[in-house]
Amino acid sequence: MELAKVEGTIVSTAKSEKLLGYKLLLLNLINPDMSTSNNYVVAVDAVGAGEGEVVIVVRGSSARQAEKLTNVPTDSSIVAIVDSVEFKGKVVFRKS
Amino acid sequence: MKLGRIQGKVWATAKDPKLNNCTLYILQPVDEGENPIGMAQVAVDTVSSREGDLVYWVGGAEATFISPDRQVPSDVTIVGLVDRLDLKKL
Repeated sequence: MELAKVEGTIVSTAKSEKLLGYKLLLLNLINPDMSTSNNYVVAVDAVGAGEGEVVIVVRGSSARQAEKLTNVPTDSSIVAIVDSVEFKGKVVFRKS
Repeated sequence: MKLGRIQGKVWATAKDPKLNNCTLYILQPVDEGENPIGMAQVAVDTVSSREGDLVYWVGGAEATFISPDRQVPSDVTIVGLVDRLDLKKL
C-alpha cells in the first residue's frame, strides 16, 4: 500500500457497468516525508475520501479485497483516510 | 518475499472494516546491503514488529492472507522478523 494525496475527482459517464455507483478519485502518490512523487493513479474510493485528504491506496488484485469492492474491476482502491504519520521518530503529518 | 526496514507508523480511523485492528507501518523495501529500493510502502504487520526492525514481507495478492481465516485489502504484509542476516560474498 502507498500513501497518496487526493488531488481530483474523475467524472465519467461511459464506464464499465460494474463501476456504476463508485467514486473515482485522482491520487498523487506521496513519500512518507509528505513530498509528492508526481506518480498519479485513478483509484476507486471505498471509505468516502475527499479532495486534499491523505489516504492509503492498495494496488493490484488486493484492491478487490476491500469490503465494498469485492466484485468491482479495480486495481487501485482507497482503503483508509490517514489521521497521522510518524516517520523516523517525528510526526510528519497530522490531519487538521 | 523481500527485505524491508520499518521507518514509521500510520494511524487511520476511517478505514475499510477489514483493516480493523491491523497495525500499519511505513516500510522501506531494502536490498541485502540495506540500500532502499523504490518508494516506501504502507504495510500490515502480522508478527508484532516494531519501528526500526529489519523484516521480510510479501507483496501482491498473497499479502491479503494475514492469518488462516482472515483476508484483508493489503498488498504489502510483514510476515517475519530478521534476527540475523549472514551474507557470503562471492
